Amino acid sequence: MTAPLVEIRGVSQSFGHIEAISNVSLSIAPGSYTVLLGPSGSGKTTLLSILGGFLTPTSGRVTIGGVDCTSLPPARRPTTTVFQDYALFPHMSVGGNVGFGLRMRGVARSERGRLAREALATVGLPDVFDRRPHQLSGGQRQRVALARALVVEPAVLLLDEPLGALDLKLRRQMQDELKALQKRVGAAFVHVTHDQEEAMALADQCVVMNHGRIEDEGPPDRVYARPASRFSAGFMGESTLMPFDVAAALPGLPPAPRDGAIAIRPENLRLERQPGLIALGEARVTTVVFQGSYKRVQAVSIVRPDLLFIARAEAGAAIAPGDICMPGCRPDDLIILSR
Amino acid sequence: MGAAVRLAASAYAVIILGFIFLPVATLVLFSLQATSFPIPPFTGPSLRWYGAVLSDTRLTAALANSLLVASLSSLVAVVLGFLSAWGFARFVLPRAALMRGLITLPLTVSYLMIGMGLLILFNTIGMPKSLLAAGLGHVVINLPLCFAIIYSQLGDHQITLERAARDLGASEARVLALITVPVMAPAIFASFFLSMTFSWDEFVISFLLTRFETTLPVEIWNLLRSGLTPKTNAIGSLVFAVSVVLAFALELLLIRRKPA
Repeated sequence: MTAPLVEIRGVSQSFGHIEAISNVSLSIAPGSYTVLLGPSGSGKTTLLSILGGFLTPTSGRVTIGGVDCTSLPPARRPTTTVFQDYALFPHMSVGGNVGFGLRMRGVARSERGRLAREALATVGLPDVFDRRPHQLSGGQRQRVALARALVVEPAVLLLDEPLGALDLKLRRQMQDELKALQKRVGAAFVHVTHDQEEAMALADQCVVMNHGRIEDEGPPDRVYARPASRFSAGFMGESTLMPFDVAAALPGLPPAPRDGAIAIRPENLRLERQPGLIALGEARVTTVVFQGSYKRVQAVSIVRPDLLFIARAEAGAAIAPGDICMPGCRPDDLIILSR
Repeated sequence: MGAAVRLAASAYAVIILGFIFLPVATLVLFSLQATSFPIPPFTGPSLRWYGAVLSDTRLTAALANSLLVASLSSLVAVVLGFLSAWGFARFVLPRAALMRGLITLPLTVSYLMIGMGLLILFNTIGMPKSLLAAGLGHVVINLPLCFAIIYSQLGDHQITLERAARDLGASEARVLALITVPVMAPAIFASFFLSMTFSWDEFVISFLLTRFETTLPVEIWNLLRSGLTPKTNAIGSLVFAVSVVLAFALELLLIRRKPA
């Protein structure tokens, strides 16, 4: 295991009486893609601002590449940021924008132009050097912002909900490009989003945040398959969630931890009785939503009306609201959540 | 029905515009009078009185003084207004709301009060009446205006732009020079030209604070005391022409320019 590039140790950030981040510790490996995932107000953007140097944490330390950066201004850190609204300078050409960081580092004009053109080519925009930002589409501006941040060769690139302003199709396309770009340039990317699909598609390391704390952290497949907490299970995908008392009412289930719950991912929940499955009682189907490749089914338990089953049925399954079904799942697919 | 309403609307527009512009039109028309009195019948057109104005060294000196006072005082007002607006927009300052109120307060005080206050102040500290004194007075009346215009245009978007520049390694001075000022240029120029217009037309403060060298409005007033001639019309028309130029500059910068 290589030494971490970024180390965040016990960082807290208060705004007046509100603690936006409390006692967060996180390591980021060089050349990795880290996604900070959480709902608004979870502290993910605050943590990114602390990494970028726009905020000095109330307590704790941030080291990047072995250098204590806790209170170093943004200009003197090996980080650059891609802002949510791109923050392209409207009075400069695209080339002027991309070359800005080099200009601040005293790079000569001709060299600046060459490097800026190279960076633009890297993000797939070789022909926009002399245009103005307002002449570009949203997706193109996004790429220019990326080129501008990457041209100064940061050790860490910070991305603040970079795909938030793009339409869905473009967003999925940019996701793939971001991942490929990150592999190509080799810098560590730290990406903030509230979109779990984006997180799963991009992350080497997924950090789920809630109420200013890290709820869960790890590779996205692990976070999805074995979430560390109820919040993490609920935010990374959906699931049927059975708290302690609900689980106790269903025979065949192992006891749930007293403060925790048992969760089942929808793709693991069957709706008819089969050998080898744990039976979870009878349930009445409430909604069936056609999703293209499958049907999303919700059903309410007859024994425990506060228990909502979420399952995936085949796209061609004959199932309708009002039907009685027999939910069940394999013992291995039960996710035991201790909190 | 529609036609009647349209006719009424047009008539209304003509009356309003007539009410506003008839005095100016009359002024300009009789500045072209060939004879010695600016009263009907019209005897021109003749540029006789414009010649008289331009060969009157007192008037041309006053015109130059006015341009000097207007441009320099506006420049000072814009620089101070911009810096204070930037400070209020970017930093958390103690009692910011009160301080902003104090800066904009002179907008509500009459020029006469400001002029009298400055007269007493300058008297006390032994500063003689001069163009400099009048210019300082114009800074007092125009700074709040520049501040208000520029402050209103400094939004969150500029804050992100400045953050981006800092992030890419710009020092505070370069952030201001390379990002904030160019991005704010429309508001900065607009407040400059508006200040120019106000300073150019300003009479009371200049009257109270100048003595030997004075500005054009004060010189015109001196001229009026010796009776009406087409010469006063001619100089009035020239003043009006300069105001029109400034108003157009303002219109082009502030109103025509919409965010992209």
